[in-house]
Amino acid sequence: MTLSEREQLGYIAAQAADARLNVELETEGMTLNIGPQHPATHGTLRIVCRLDGEQVVWADPSCGYMHRGYEKLVEVRTYPQVTTLVNRIDWLGSFANEVPFILAAEKLMEIEAPPRAQVIRTILFELSRIANVSLFLGDLGVQMGAITPVFFAFRDREYVLNLIEGATGGRFHPNFDRIGGLKDDLPTGWIDETRHVMRKMQNFCNEIEDLLFGNEILQSRMRGIGVIPAVVAQEYGLSGANLRASGIDYDLRRDQDLPLAWDLADWKVWTHPDGDSFARCWVRLQETREACKIVDQLLDQIPAGPVMTKVPRIIKVPEGEAYVSTENPLGEMGYYLVSRGGLGPFRVKIRSASFNNISIAPWLLKGVYVPDVVTILASLYFILGDIDR
Amino acid sequence: MDPLSDGTSTSETAASADAVDATAALPGDGLREGIVDDLRGRIGDALVDSHITPNDDLWVRVRTDAWLETATALSDAGFTHFSFLSAIDWMPSPYGKGEDDPTADPVEPDTEIRPGVTGGDTRMQVFARLTDLTRHVGITIKVDIDDDEPLLDSWVEVFAGANWHERECHEMFGVGFNRHPDLRNIYLPTEFEGNPLRKDFPLVARMVKPWPGIVDVEPMPAADEDDASQDSS
Repeated sequence: MTLSEREQLGYIAAQAADARLNVELETEGMTLNIGPQHPATHGTLRIVCRLDGEQVVWADPSCGYMHRGYEKLVEVRTYPQVTTLVNRIDWLGSFANEVPFILAAEKLMEIEAPPRAQVIRTILFELSRIANVSLFLGDLGVQMGAITPVFFAFRDREYVLNLIEGATGGRFHPNFDRIGGLKDDLPTGWIDETRHVMRKMQNFCNEIEDLLFGNEILQSRMRGIGVIPAVVAQEYGLSGANLRASGIDYDLRRDQDLPLAWDLADWKVWTHPDGDSFARCWVRLQETREACKIVDQLLDQIPAGPVMTKVPRIIKVPEGEAYVSTENPLGEMGYYLVSRGGLGPFRVKIRSASFNNISIAPWLLKGVYVPDVVTILASLYFILGDIDR
Repeated sequence: MDPLSDGTSTSETAASADAVDATAALPGDGLREGIVDDLRGRIGDALVDSHITPNDDLWVRVRTDAWLETATALSDAGFTHFSFLSAIDWMPSPYGKGEDDPTADPVEPDTEIRPGVTGGDTRMQVFARLTDLTRHVGITIKVDIDDDEPLLDSWVEVFAGANWHERECHEMFGVGFNRHPDLRNIYLPTEFEGNPLRKDFPLVARMVKPWPGIVDVEPMPAADEDDASQDSS
């Protein structure tokens, strides 16, 4: 049966009317404001999302609620005073923030910490990684409504914080690293206690893996969600686990030559080919295990000797520039230090990991569904102090 | 670090010998010299200056108009990981460190611009860092910018991650970026006036309340003691 001309025209008109109707019925866009006090934000990140139905069409993280201006403050401090400021950048792994700055200053002064201090620095560095990432692993469940893991995380992180407190005197802000070495030697009995805690932390990793990573809900909410291809990850300067989860085998602990002791231990850099939210969390879990292994091995290899080399009482750093970065819990943390001689730095550019890691959010959140925003942000793992500096 | 540990020979860089005098004097670092030569092949005489710390680090300085070209060239040469971008104001702060005794006579501030060993001709300099993730080598790229008209080409089309860094640089140093998609403030309120990281922007906290350290500072060690400890180190 063929349609008459009149029927054909009527059909086209009906289609056109439907099309017009669709335009009229199109859902109105809506702006959703996440934060600044959302629990997924580890601080006060605010994200403004433009929604079309359930999908994000445009997301804009709004930083600056915690900007403390460290780059300016550092310019009016002397070198020994700077560590007090910089260990507040990433407050969950603060000892790791001090190390690259001290290394940059030591590089310009052409001194090196004694071997014993180098090994103890590495141990404390890895302990702050464990303290930092264990909280992430627990917090991961909270983003998806699983309350239990976070209690496990807080319970077990406390053991690590007690160790850091025992050695440095500060749970969160050790301020223990000095130009030329460390403030003090390790207390008696600390090594045995650390070995004991490392076993507990390995158990904690197993527990978290059982509780979370095999969980079907977690997998279905993270597998294939928020995929970052390797090329994009590099373009945005992602680092740390976020980069390795996109399949790039790059770890500053292994791939650069620093006067620290990672090469004394036998450990592995984990990567994941997927680049999705699950991969990022999984890589972090493996890294916590590796960190426990590193600490465990280094405890046997602490050489005897002083923890402080001879430095002038008034520290002056010669003219020059140095960029030193280390693989911090969150990623590449570096200090570009410019000195013109004198008691304090002339300019310090703080390259913090989270700033780059979260700058991918506008690209990554485009097109995802609203519930995934939270899991993607959680898996990117940022700390506000590390974004805002 | 022993600069002689790498036995590679110093390569000839006759093309612009004056620019690499400092480099040629140092013992060799084949990898980094190769990178500089390769970059010179790609952008020609837009490469103004280069400096290699053997087996450690590398920086190059390029002409302002070749800033974007340099990004493309380095990206093609394998430096695909964007690390950071920022700026430096070479003018020393006219306010000092705020640690002087407030009762003493004010000292004439030293505002002479001396970039020194790190290079640079103008007051403001922008620098960025890229990493090659396969060869495990980083490079710092510097560019001098005109103080009267601080303007550069944006890197966003080559490295998308430069977006936020350029926004930060814009608000903190007042450096403009051509063809940047969205040069809003990132940290500061929209209506904020001034560029806080410029040295002539006062740190008001230090001006309203003097540094407490000057009141109860322990006596400085005598000069000879200081010298002695320096000799022994």
